[in-house]
Amino acid sequence: MSTNAPAAARAVVIGCGIVGSSVAYHLTRLGWADVVLLDKGPLPNPGGSTGHASNFIFLVDHSKEMTQLTLESVRQYREMDVFTECGGIEVARTEERMEELRRRMASAKSWGIEPVSLLTPAEIKELVPFVDESILLGGFHTPGVGVVDSLRAGTIMRERAVDAGALQVLPNTEVQGMGVERGRIRTVETSRGTIEAETVVVACGVWSPLIARMAGAHIPLTPMVHQMIDVGPVPRFERSPRAIEFPIVRDMDVFMYERQDGTSLEIGSYAHRSIVHDPEEIPSIEQAALSPTEFPFTQADFDPQMVDALDLMPEIVGDESVGVKYAINGLISLTPDGMPILGETPEVRGLWSAAAVWVKEGPGVGKSIAEWMVHGESHIDLHSSDVARFHDHQKTRAHVKARTTEAFPKTYGIIHPAEQWSSDRGLRYSPMRERERELGAVFYEVAGWERPHWYEANAPLVERYGVKPRKAEWDARWWSPIINAEHLAMREHAGLFDLSAFAIFDVQGPGALDALQRSVLAQMDVAVGRVVYTPVLAPGGGFRSDLTIMRLGDDEFRIVTGGAHGMADRKLFSDQLPDDGSATLVDVTTAWTTIGLWGPRARDILSTVTSDDVSHAGFPFGTCRVIEIGSQLVLASRISYVGDLGWELYVPIEQGARLWDVVWEAGQPHGLTACGIGVYGTTGRLEKSYRAFAAELESEYTVVEAGMTRPTVKEQDFVGREAHLRHREEEPAAILCTLTVDDHTSRSGVERFPLGREPITLRDGTPLTDAKGRRSYVTSAGAGPSLGRYILMAYLPPEQAVEGSTELAVEYMDERYPVTVDVVGSAPIFDPENTRIRS
Amino acid sequence: MSVLVYVEHAAGVVDEPSLQALTLARGLAGGDALQAVCVRVGATQSPADALAGHGVETLHAAAGEAFAAHAPCAIAEAIVELSRRLSASAVVGPGTERGNEVLAHVAGLLDLPLAANCVAAASSDGGTNVTRVRWGGSLLEVARVHAPTALLTVQPHAVPIETTSSGAPAVETFTPTLSDAALALRVAERLGAATGGISLADAKVVVSGGRGAGSAEGFAIVEELAGLLGAAVGCSRAVTMAGWRPHTDQVGQTGTKIAPDLYIACGISGATQHMAGCKGAKRILAVNSDREAPILASADYAVIGDMHEIVPALSVAIRAARSS
Amino acid sequence: MRILVAVKRVPMTGGRIVLTEDEQAIETRHLGFTISPHEECGVEEAVRLIEANGGESVVLTLGPGEAEEQLRDAMAIGIDRAVHLVTDGEEWDPQATAGAILEVIREDEAANGRFDLLLFGNESADTGGYQVGIRIAHALGRPIATGLKAVTVDDGTVRCEQEVAGGRDVYVLPLPAVVTVKEGLNLPRYPSVPGRLRAQRKPLESRSPVRPEPRLERLRLVVPEGEGKQAEILGEGAAAAPRVVEVLQQIGVV
Repeated sequence: MSTNAPAAARAVVIGCGIVGSSVAYHLTRLGWADVVLLDKGPLPNPGGSTGHASNFIFLVDHSKEMTQLTLESVRQYREMDVFTECGGIEVARTEERMEELRRRMASAKSWGIEPVSLLTPAEIKELVPFVDESILLGGFHTPGVGVVDSLRAGTIMRERAVDAGALQVLPNTEVQGMGVERGRIRTVETSRGTIEAETVVVACGVWSPLIARMAGAHIPLTPMVHQMIDVGPVPRFERSPRAIEFPIVRDMDVFMYERQDGTSLEIGSYAHRSIVHDPEEIPSIEQAALSPTEFPFTQADFDPQMVDALDLMPEIVGDESVGVKYAINGLISLTPDGMPILGETPEVRGLWSAAAVWVKEGPGVGKSIAEWMVHGESHIDLHSSDVARFHDHQKTRAHVKARTTEAFPKTYGIIHPAEQWSSDRGLRYSPMRERERELGAVFYEVAGWERPHWYEANAPLVERYGVKPRKAEWDARWWSPIINAEHLAMREHAGLFDLSAFAIFDVQGPGALDALQRSVLAQMDVAVGRVVYTPVLAPGGGFRSDLTIMRLGDDEFRIVTGGAHGMADRKLFSDQLPDDGSATLVDVTTAWTTIGLWGPRARDILSTVTSDDVSHAGFPFGTCRVIEIGSQLVLASRISYVGDLGWELYVPIEQGARLWDVVWEAGQPHGLTACGIGVYGTTGRLEKSYRAFAAELESEYTVVEAGMTRPTVKEQDFVGREAHLRHREEEPAAILCTLTVDDHTSRSGVERFPLGREPITLRDGTPLTDAKGRRSYVTSAGAGPSLGRYILMAYLPPEQAVEGSTELAVEYMDERYPVTVDVVGSAPIFDPENTRIRS
Repeated sequence: MSVLVYVEHAAGVVDEPSLQALTLARGLAGGDALQAVCVRVGATQSPADALAGHGVETLHAAAGEAFAAHAPCAIAEAIVELSRRLSASAVVGPGTERGNEVLAHVAGLLDLPLAANCVAAASSDGGTNVTRVRWGGSLLEVARVHAPTALLTVQPHAVPIETTSSGAPAVETFTPTLSDAALALRVAERLGAATGGISLADAKVVVSGGRGAGSAEGFAIVEELAGLLGAAVGCSRAVTMAGWRPHTDQVGQTGTKIAPDLYIACGISGATQHMAGCKGAKRILAVNSDREAPILASADYAVIGDMHEIVPALSVAIRAARSS
Repeated sequence: MRILVAVKRVPMTGGRIVLTEDEQAIETRHLGFTISPHEECGVEEAVRLIEANGGESVVLTLGPGEAEEQLRDAMAIGIDRAVHLVTDGEEWDPQATAGAILEVIREDEAANGRFDLLLFGNESADTGGYQVGIRIAHALGRPIATGLKAVTVDDGTVRCEQEVAGGRDVYVLPLPAVVTVKEGLNLPRYPSVPGRLRAQRKPLESRSPVRPEPRLERLRLVVPEGEGKQAEILGEGAAAAPRVVEVLQQIGVV
């Protein structure tokens, strides 16, 4: 080989597709001067998924993170002059889909995408004259949709970085191994020699799992087939004044899209069976008949889709002179939860993943990853895409296959915000499972754990408390009035909660305190036996997590956090551990189980099973200690996420069932009710205006904006301290508020209940935008059964954040419902004095 | 016992594939006699002299008006008649289009297996073991012919011609008995080749474009370079299937097989289908953006990069070299 | 008129052929399949002839169950019906192949009348045996012309043009006749979507003939060793032009 690899580099980016090229380019823009970008394939098309991508970009997604990555990408594609705006229409053949399109209107407003509009069939026909509008009910039009030349974009970015003297590009260079020492990446071994690298980025698309495995890391994605055919020449297109004259049509109900590409019509499908491959199965460049990621077309899988395409576009698809010129099974990357895989791998320091990224997010991801590498965080909050989010079972091939197989047909599906997976369930069971089944638990999954969301055995409580059902099917889906009834039973008597899904880490050793001080906002040098709730900040002062830490001893702390974000949190703390080994972090999630006991009768119940002092004075709020309950030593922690008196009770996992039985038995005379996560995570929490990570708490909002400013900031340094101090001096651009809905009645007379992420607007529909350009939207939504009001949380610009204001509305399914601003800042809407908790 | 070889000749000049067939057949014959058969029309020159040094004992020349125009079935009937008479243990022909056609007729007449395009053959245990080509030469098959008389053709240009000290064979002319059907199946008319341009098959230099040319218009630069070099223009199958060039330009297993001194392949990856058509080239220069493209494993020289930049630059450089 | 066209399912090979471990077949895991190129033109020609003259076209293959795909492909561009001689995937030698096809032809002709034209590819892309069509012509006692680049049917005859060095030889055969054709005969059309959909509903008859002992028996396959060439890289991009000209001068082309 004529070119040898350089001996050393600040960063080696593997993969010259749109993602790798973007990452490399942005690293150099942020000042890294010796970056190497390599690919086993040739340039400009190294043979990965970029080369056969359909290259169109729709802007509106229900996920804020994905939308932001897409919008940033479009900005860059436009700047590089490789974006052709043609507009796009998502069409509906069913009423259910029309409802989904109305939901898209809301998401567009929440994320600031304008203009968008709903079209009648006749209006669709005007824009796309070759559709049969008689089979359509309407469409969602985004004029800003376009098509990009992603290969050209990659070339431009590489050229710019090379011209700046900061990048060396090595095509036809295969990675053969990676050197890892003491958990940190050291070298990349290539067919052109070994490169010493401070950081390595895996941007290898469908090959990423194989490359990561060379270093002992996991990138759990799978190659999945997406079928595309190209028909032409289309007589109408031969008369087009430009290459793309007509908007792209997404035929959502049949999971297909059609778009003009010169004189051809490209028809793509997500309607066929899930065709999963292993990364190992991808042929080499020379073995492949086309490119390695263009698999032979399987006609039978596409046959039914041709009928659907024919129905929508009979003029073109039904034209006997228009031939199927090209047909492939293109490989795309899918992940178990549908999100990209970004960030530093938890297994190997310095080894980064930029994988499972599609063309529409590529440049945005490149910029975000580069910022994360250089500055320690991205301007776009990437928590849903964090490679560190995966629990061990989620990294397995079987899980990835099961979930992606289930998800593929939902690519254009209508996905409910609370929708549960049906595949690969039943992996992690709590010790109380048998008792819960007896109570008719309806299990939802988080992080593999099966958690009761409510208990059917509590159905009689619905009548007792007069809880109304929801009439709109969508609002009632994945919901039960029993949740509200359980809530009211807890507020009246007491509730018993299974909290087994908590992720629990013990940090121990002489360096433990310092490590935790560096990690979190709150002062951790507290008395042994204290329980501290604290945010974890990003370097820029936004939120990375929030959780509780118990000080169990001088050098012994226990971190308790939610299961969903547990693995990412583990990495946050692991990253702050000292190199000298003076502190260790041990994941004890599966050593301990947690049972929550809350409600006005909680103390009465607990005191019948323990002789320890659990009085308010003897066991104050915010403390923890070991008590005896029968034959069990139980770590009791007096805190609450639901706003009532009570404790979290920790026992070794094998004793969980016994503890449940003992407390359950003792609770019966006191009206103890088993309560599901519906109460714990939504109704109980929202009545107290408690913030949740990934809902209210994201890196783009500050502690001040979230209304969580404490009187003082600790002396000790911690991640984000400098930014946090700065934020305290500034006027917040938005303030987190608690709102309630004044009138739920829709135009058709049905009561509707927003589920979250809807825009908060003026009563006339004008969106609210804060000084940082962020839209106001519902961060959390749910019932407040004890208040008899439906609660929304939202960040509002200061001029709108006025308690008692009735100028606002929430927009849901293309209708607006009036709301009142009840609380500005963090005071709870229910029991504002916290007398229930603190008595 | 003897081995009989069908020899194609034009006015006494034997083509190379027939001589290659003789070399392979001589090895197969071992101690048995090597016989040759050809057709001879009227007073045309017999190829006997050309067969000197190829170990042929007797050249059997089938004569008669039937052979005035090419008549594949008639030739096959003549061969069948002769092979019966000679009790041939094998009948071998050149693996040319016509050789394969004639031997297939022989196989059809005798209902015996035919192994086409062999590169090696040896008799063993009452059968014949052969190695023959598949995929136009990209793959070899080791096979066994189960027949008292093995029918083989020899892959052209795969077996180096070896000569012996033998002299010219004796010539025996015979007039075979031919069926009406065989007599009827003959060339009725000969059309000349389309004029203009240099024929791909005979060109000394061929410049080809592949998928990398991008469009029919993309061939302008290929034609310009070919014009400067006095070369024929070729293309890959992808190009003809896309309709950018006529099939007559296609180099490949299903197109034209070429044997130029220099083959310049631009934007052609080198799929087996294509390489089967250009492996006869003495030298190959690949212009390709992909350093790992399969064609580089068969090329002598390569320029890495976009053919749309390189090919015009070559034309400019050649003009400059000539004018200086 | 009635036309039968025989096709073979073959893999679309890439830059390098890889064998299965037992060396009995090509590793086709990554490969798509197609109708062997010459026969693709045979199918197109059959469709054109029926479009011009009326009648019925039948496509036939001998191959594994998956070869139905190729039969549907042929019907998608206009062939009327298909006969599938289903194998277990094991290769049949040319004699056996011809025998099985012959049986179908005889039965079909007994039921539906004579085929005016039997169309074969000159040789298959994979095994390249050069003989199935000719064997069938002999068995049926019909005239045959091979390697054709043009086929014209006119008044009970078929005029056949065969490409030879320096021109074309013309054969004029009385119908019924057998012809074997080569790529370049025509440019096969792409199937339209309605054509594809119609193809799904067209009749396809499957039979499962018994494979006789091969008389040309495949023992194993061998990928020929490359020439071990290491191309000399003359340079990258337009900048390489002067060096290329030097080389062209050395070898006497410039």
